[in-house]
Amino acid sequence: MEDINIVGTVDTPEIVLNKDDHTITFSGKSLPEDAASFYQPVVDWLESYRNEPFPCVTFVFKFMYFNTSSSKLLLDIICQIDEVHGDGHDTKIQWHYKDGDEDMEEAGEEFEEVLANSSIELIAD
Amino acid sequence: MTKLNVSKLGYSYEMHKTLRKQKIILVYEGYFTQDITNAILRMTELNESFGGEEEMMKRKIFNVMVECLQNICKHADADHESEDKRNSILILGKTDENYFITTGNYIYKKNIPALEEGLKHINTLDKDGLKKLFKEIRSGGDVSGAGGAGLGLVDIARKSGRQLDYNFANIDDRYSYFPLQASIVSTLN
Repeated sequence: MEDINIVGTVDTPEIVLNKDDHTITFSGKSLPEDAASFYQPVVDWLESYRNEPFPCVTFVFKFMYFNTSSSKLLLDIICQIDEVHGDGHDTKIQWHYKDGDEDMEEAGEEFEEVLANSSIELIAD
Repeated sequence: MTKLNVSKLGYSYEMHKTLRKQKIILVYEGYFTQDITNAILRMTELNESFGGEEEMMKRKIFNVMVECLQNICKHADADHESEDKRNSILILGKTDENYFITTGNYIYKKNIPALEEGLKHINTLDKDGLKKLFKEIRSGGDVSGAGGAGLGLVDIARKSGRQLDYNFANIDDRYSYFPLQASIVSTLN
């Protein structure tokens, strides 16, 4: 299984896999017009993760902004994580938002509403 | 010192005064690309006209700007035409109570019915209705018949908390001009 290490740009987030504490952190802005191709490596990584899982993994989402195109892909990724959890693997999802940013808080809640197997921990920073 | 040639360059002063008077914060007229979009967003972030506005207000304006800019990229149909039709406009400005983001671009007449149906539908919905529609479209279904209105327009309506103003102005046999305006209530009032 390959590592994930995507450097952030003005319109795409940094995505880093930390193998020491088993976290994958998404941070910054996600505004690409074509979010599907940008997030494909993450979708592929999650597919291969099912065959070679860590003892546990935490997905940390810390976005400042994301566009609607990214929103669709984030939904796919979060649902994919939920399926991995449903397979019996230990996965956690943390959704960070700046305290008072109601739109970002609500976005986290709306992702959680579609999950069948797991929950999202909402964290105000 | 050379005296300003008012007759030759006076339009600069007139335009400057007009922009100040109308409280226009930012205007871009031209061809929109992802690079231009990023540059406009960066200028919005750096602009000091939001002095005093809360951080969350700036975020809201930024979010609506993002979707309006990408909406232009999506709906501008005259890509292959001459500059007159190929170009679009984006204006960010302020009234006493609101910030407004206005876009304008040329669209094919044949694309109007679906877009108009979607916009009309969006404008009938309240906060919860918009939330429901957003989730439906995002998960791939479109059971509410939003038609040509994509996720972007629903998101603009949700974040602005106001109805969307729009129009379709006849240009010629193939094209109409599509101005769209989103308003956001300033927290300073």
